[in-house]
Amino acid sequence: MKEYQLLGKKDTRSGFGAGLLEAGRRNKNVVALCADLIGSVKMDSFYKEFPDRTIQCGIAEADMIGIAAGLALSGKVAFAGSFAAFSTGRVYDQIRQAVAYSDTNVKIAGSHAGVTLGEDGATHQILEDIGLMKMLPNMVVLNPCDYNQTKAATIAAAEYMGPVYIRFGRPSVPVFIPEDMPFEIGKALLLSEGKDVSLVATGHLVWEALEAARLLEKEGISAEVIDIHTIKPLDGEAILRSARKTGCVVGCEEHQFNGGLNESIAQLLVRNEPVPMEFIGVDDEFGQSGKPDELMVRYNLKAENIAAAAKKAISRKK
Amino acid sequence: MTDIIELKRIATQVRRDIIRMVGGASSGHPGGSLGCADVMTALYFGHMDLDPEHFDRKGRNEDMFFLSNGHISPVWYSVLARRGYFPVKELGTFRRLGSRLQGHPSVHDKLPGIRQASGSLGQGLSVGIGAAIAKKMDGCDKLVYTLHGDGELQEGQIWEAVMFAGAKHVDNLIAIVDVNNLQIDGTTDKVCSLGDLEKKFEAFMWKTVTMDGNDMQSVVDGLRKAKAETGQSRPVVILMKTHMGFGVDFMQDDNKWHGTAPNEEQVAKALSQLEETLGDY
Repeated sequence: MKEYQLLGKKDTRSGFGAGLLEAGRRNKNVVALCADLIGSVKMDSFYKEFPDRTIQCGIAEADMIGIAAGLALSGKVAFAGSFAAFSTGRVYDQIRQAVAYSDTNVKIAGSHAGVTLGEDGATHQILEDIGLMKMLPNMVVLNPCDYNQTKAATIAAAEYMGPVYIRFGRPSVPVFIPEDMPFEIGKALLLSEGKDVSLVATGHLVWEALEAARLLEKEGISAEVIDIHTIKPLDGEAILRSARKTGCVVGCEEHQFNGGLNESIAQLLVRNEPVPMEFIGVDDEFGQSGKPDELMVRYNLKAENIAAAAKKAISRKK
Repeated sequence: MTDIIELKRIATQVRRDIIRMVGGASSGHPGGSLGCADVMTALYFGHMDLDPEHFDRKGRNEDMFFLSNGHISPVWYSVLARRGYFPVKELGTFRRLGSRLQGHPSVHDKLPGIRQASGSLGQGLSVGIGAAIAKKMDGCDKLVYTLHGDGELQEGQIWEAVMFAGAKHVDNLIAIVDVNNLQIDGTTDKVCSLGDLEKKFEAFMWKTVTMDGNDMQSVVDGLRKAKAETGQSRPVVILMKTHMGFGVDFMQDDNKWHGTAPNEEQVAKALSQLEETLGDY
């Protein structure tokens, strides 16, 4: 298998911050909105360089989404960011009407997504945001896997005309996507070729899937690893091609089974290539306080869990 | 500027359009539409700086209008069509399958004049603020207008937006509140009292203007006065007293007509009270 080099550890939210700054430098119409979390969401470098293009909305996320829509329909590229729990679920109706249905060029930024937000607990650890966002017609859903990819995804979101949800996280996680790797919305990355099982992962779980492939290789199992940075539109072709080759799939994400990447893959497979599939994710429960790594273990999101699921999927092949 | 007599003639035709559209679709919201026919006519026929022949969603170098209480779409559609944004005969498609004139305003089929969907209440002020900020960023000195129902002010997002606009000195924005004191379940006082709106807006650092929304002279004067108050570091709100259903005696001040369509007989009775001034669609 192809070895992915660990280039260091960084938080994906800082990748967003770097991407936003770069997008702002490339296009003067890029504006940023935040609801009292500029530092946490890493909009601070953009704010420092473009104070006149940054709008501090106060703790008023619904208003923030509406203002973003008004700016966007006037010709701006409006990034509206908060913790994912508050930039999606809290303002779902605003996003539905003012962004998705109105087709405004708003980029919803969701930071601190998933259980790896850590100690703040379930109120802040949204595990439903991908489902909420992918259900909306017109909405592109991005969930990049590391710092470099999040930066590239943010720049791509700014260049794309239309509503985008971009999800990222709080903790420092491995950086392994090369800085110069091109990012194309809707185009999955085949990170590692294999023949026995397809590990189809998104976000923080991509690194875990690569680690799982290494564990499986020691047991003589060849796993293919696909990075789905775009959950919608889903690169169905890449997933089906892999499923036809390996004959079984494991979906991996830091999200509820309901509404997540697993559900999208399952729908795709059932309709086109019904092969055995196992799910890695959270099964209809809320998160809780704890350290990010402890929570990854508690919710069965680690490489070891993926490797076990892979073996189960392989055993179910006819 | 169109004169008062001409504005009244247009508003009468707009009221006929409303009755015929809602009656024709057997659904829709005539009450608030009739109550706001005067201000909508005054805004679109003289007060706002517009370019109907070259509608551009971005609204560069022109005034922009956002209808926050999207259910009074009939009055907006009528005024837009009468002003030349789209053919008047299209009013007959209101609420029908495949129509650009959706029950609540939509940008989906790119109906000229509509910049943003509305229907779920409480969102239009925020959107208007965004458009107003964009104008400031772009160095455009035109204004943004929003229209709201008074019942709509019960939505929390409205007060987020009111607080923001006051705090951030969004002074190129005029919000108009249709104060008819009625909503679906009864009077606003009974359902959830709005209290003293003038004091509330002033406390949020807005400039308030009042006018009689069913007296064309008062409307024209009130809009001018509000415009004169812009650019002075405060957003401006017009508290516009109206009668729901104004112009049709059996509909006036009766909240039953918030969202009820008149039957054929009621349509005929209503039209008999409204002169056909510009020709029906």
